[in-house]
Amino acid sequence: MTSLWPRIEPLLARVTKPARYIGGELGACTSEVQPGQVAWLLVYPDTYEIGLPNQGLQILYEILNERPDAHAERAYAPWTDMEAEMRRSAVPLFSLEHGRPALEFDVIAFNLSAELTYTNVLNLIDLSGLPVRGRERGGEHPLVIAGGHCAFNPEPLADFVDAFVLGDGEEVVGEINDLLGERREMARRALLTSLAAIPGVYVPSCYEPVYVEGRLAGTNPLSPAVPARVEKRVVADLARWPYPKKQLVPLVEVVHDRLNVEIFRGCTRGCRFCQAGMITRPVRERPASQVDDMVRSGLRRTGYDEVALTSLSSADFSGIEQTVSGIINDPECSGQVSVSLPSLRVDAFTVTVAAEIQKVRRTGLTFAPEGGTWRMRQVINKLISEEDLYAAVEGAFAQGWRRVKLYFLIGLPTETDDDVRGIVTLAGNCVELGRAHHRGATVTASVGGFVPKPQTPFQWFGQDTTAELRRKVGVLKEAARRVRGLNLRWHDPEATTAEGIVSRGDRRVGAVVEHVWRAGGTFQEWSEHFDLRLWEAGLDAAGLTLEDTVFRHRREDEVLPWDHLSAGLHRDFLWQDFQDALEAHGLEDCRWTPCYDCGACTGLGVEHVVASVVAPAGGSQGTGQDLSRGGEVPVRLLERVGAPR
Amino acid sequence: MRFRFAKLGRVRFTSHRDVARMWERALRRAGLPVSYTAGFSPRPQLSFGLALPTGCESVAEYLDVVFGAPVDAGALPEVLDPLLPEGISVQGAAALEAGASSLQEEVTSCTWEIEVPGVERAGLAGAVEQVLASASLPVERERKGRRQTDDLRPAMIDLSVLPGSDDHTFDAVVPGARGSRLYAELSTRPRGVRPSELAEVLGVELGLARRTCQWIERSGSRWEPLAAPAASPDPVLGRAS
Repeated sequence: MTSLWPRIEPLLARVTKPARYIGGELGACTSEVQPGQVAWLLVYPDTYEIGLPNQGLQILYEILNERPDAHAERAYAPWTDMEAEMRRSAVPLFSLEHGRPALEFDVIAFNLSAELTYTNVLNLIDLSGLPVRGRERGGEHPLVIAGGHCAFNPEPLADFVDAFVLGDGEEVVGEINDLLGERREMARRALLTSLAAIPGVYVPSCYEPVYVEGRLAGTNPLSPAVPARVEKRVVADLARWPYPKKQLVPLVEVVHDRLNVEIFRGCTRGCRFCQAGMITRPVRERPASQVDDMVRSGLRRTGYDEVALTSLSSADFSGIEQTVSGIINDPECSGQVSVSLPSLRVDAFTVTVAAEIQKVRRTGLTFAPEGGTWRMRQVINKLISEEDLYAAVEGAFAQGWRRVKLYFLIGLPTETDDDVRGIVTLAGNCVELGRAHHRGATVTASVGGFVPKPQTPFQWFGQDTTAELRRKVGVLKEAARRVRGLNLRWHDPEATTAEGIVSRGDRRVGAVVEHVWRAGGTFQEWSEHFDLRLWEAGLDAAGLTLEDTVFRHRREDEVLPWDHLSAGLHRDFLWQDFQDALEAHGLEDCRWTPCYDCGACTGLGVEHVVASVVAPAGGSQGTGQDLSRGGEVPVRLLERVGAPR
Repeated sequence: MRFRFAKLGRVRFTSHRDVARMWERALRRAGLPVSYTAGFSPRPQLSFGLALPTGCESVAEYLDVVFGAPVDAGALPEVLDPLLPEGISVQGAAALEAGASSLQEEVTSCTWEIEVPGVERAGLAGAVEQVLASASLPVERERKGRRQTDDLRPAMIDLSVLPGSDDHTFDAVVPGARGSRLYAELSTRPRGVRPSELAEVLGVELGLARRTCQWIERSGSRWEPLAAPAASPDPVLGRAS
């Protein structure tokens, strides 16, 4: 094994934040790869501070390193100064654990969490010393794999990544490892075909896109040995996978720098803009007792004084109150541990729980109504009544918070300027509520531009143009001028446009990503490096247009670049849900109401795993109904599946 | 309670703030009864001495911790050492008298051993001589966002070329580079001098710098905030990583 450390160390004196490159985290793998082990380099294509906390990467890291026939190390994208030093000194991408060059691994596996990191993926493949295009790589090169939420439309990276994994990685990562261990000497083409036979694995070179008159007409398998349609993988029972057991504790400060315990996966709230909620169905709760164990052992092991109970809507966890008060009142925590619940539901009950858990360090509270008017929220199915929001905000100010942050989207289907101004009205009313409690109360309205995502009901919707988003930001600014105590923040409409190019792009967009990368456009998630002109030039060079790729509405019968990939959701369910959206018709949460047959459970042979059949207390739960009698709502909940084996 | 610890090897690339957070986590993992500040945002009561610049090593770092209950000072190094990252080693702990001054107030000077790659002993000796012969050494520094000119000459208490072979290699700086080594005692009053500022006045590029001592000097005598244990790491620069 080669260690590049003697060549890396001299570079560190010359770069910013050198500790990004030294590893040494508590929980990091210290052993070196053994003969017979498949060696994986797990890579997050953004900075160490952003990438280290990624739970998906940490889970796979641990699962692989527990196997006797696997070995995993990690790498993150070196910042531009370090990359320049590395290229000058001919130092390739290396693992943090042992300074091992990327080329010495059997697999380089990327986490894809954000579209604008794709140019970094190409850069990291190149920095590894591999040809960026998959078809130029041979048996001597590591296999390049990618997974994560963005893998549900992998086409823009299809020319660069050998295989994508759809859905939960816990089980399939072992199956891939088995195959690679057995077929070490296999020719690359044959190996890729074998990989494509593993459920959940998509090998793009086994499929060919067909275009008719400049539009995609189908993505067809090139061999009968590969499935015509690749289904995502789902872990049926989270209780069997209590990972990470040894969360990495970095030496430097990173985002989400705390213990993170995933309390459930999946969400059936049904927000139509939310890709995460659609592609991770069904809901699978972790047993409360396992959550307790993971929190207690995690705090003891790491020395963190904060734990986040993570999920897509943490207040929906059955018995969240008991779980939270169990941690807060644990004598071992001696009152110094704070609990945070990311993705708070909007209602007064949630605020009561939040007040309980943030006795220490009460900073700000964040809610995400997403739409400024009730009509808009029905369109996007974020069914928060104004009463629920005001009750939540009133509760927050009454219980001592002075800053409330609200998340909104603009550029949503059917949106009018009244809906846009509704954001300011709603936020302004929240300021009023706050002023009654504290003179210095402030409300921040943080407004993002909507990017339609694959495998969601809005996958057919034409994204707002850059100019239209800019105009709507102007409408917001104008309306907010008269509201004291309201801070308005907005996302750069140009970045929203670039994200849209990749979000629903077909395989031809790969050339755009490559163009941007070759023009030096790395770290496009970072405003200091982002440049829309590079993307526009890339589109021009590829003979594509923003209008056709991003802004155009798709027709019902149009072939979409991800139609041969499935997140379990029926296409006709998604289309019907889109039609319901256009009529401002909301849909209730199927955990506590009848099944809509979206396909996620029935198609994949899995079920919701929920400890309580009653909707949680507080607010209307978005149903617009009185849910104090939740048990009487017709429920089609199923028995829990298998206990831990 | 005062701790003395070393910071050697790769962990030297972490910042002063990072080290503070490592200690906070280690103390919690050990289950030690650290006192917290009162108020809206309680913090553990830890106070560090002079910040060690990122990238420098040290065998003389100090930390004061307030405990809310009695703890056995003698047992602490062994308890905490395995809970801290590789490269941070606890050399000793001793109870402080009530009302003891803070490290920041007490320490008057620091000694350093610094690699000077690419400069032979004779060349370094010349640069040292020139610096010591100067009446003043103005450097531009930024302080609270404002540029100002400070004279570093009064802070140069002692500078000399360390004995040793000219063919000492400094792989941490430039693989295979040769050069000499500098000894420096620098005053911390009114402001500490960073090795990078010393490099500026010497007109050389410095390699790895290691703080070897922090001194408290009062009425003609001087002592360390907490003496090094008998078996301290080799005070001569050796590769720790």
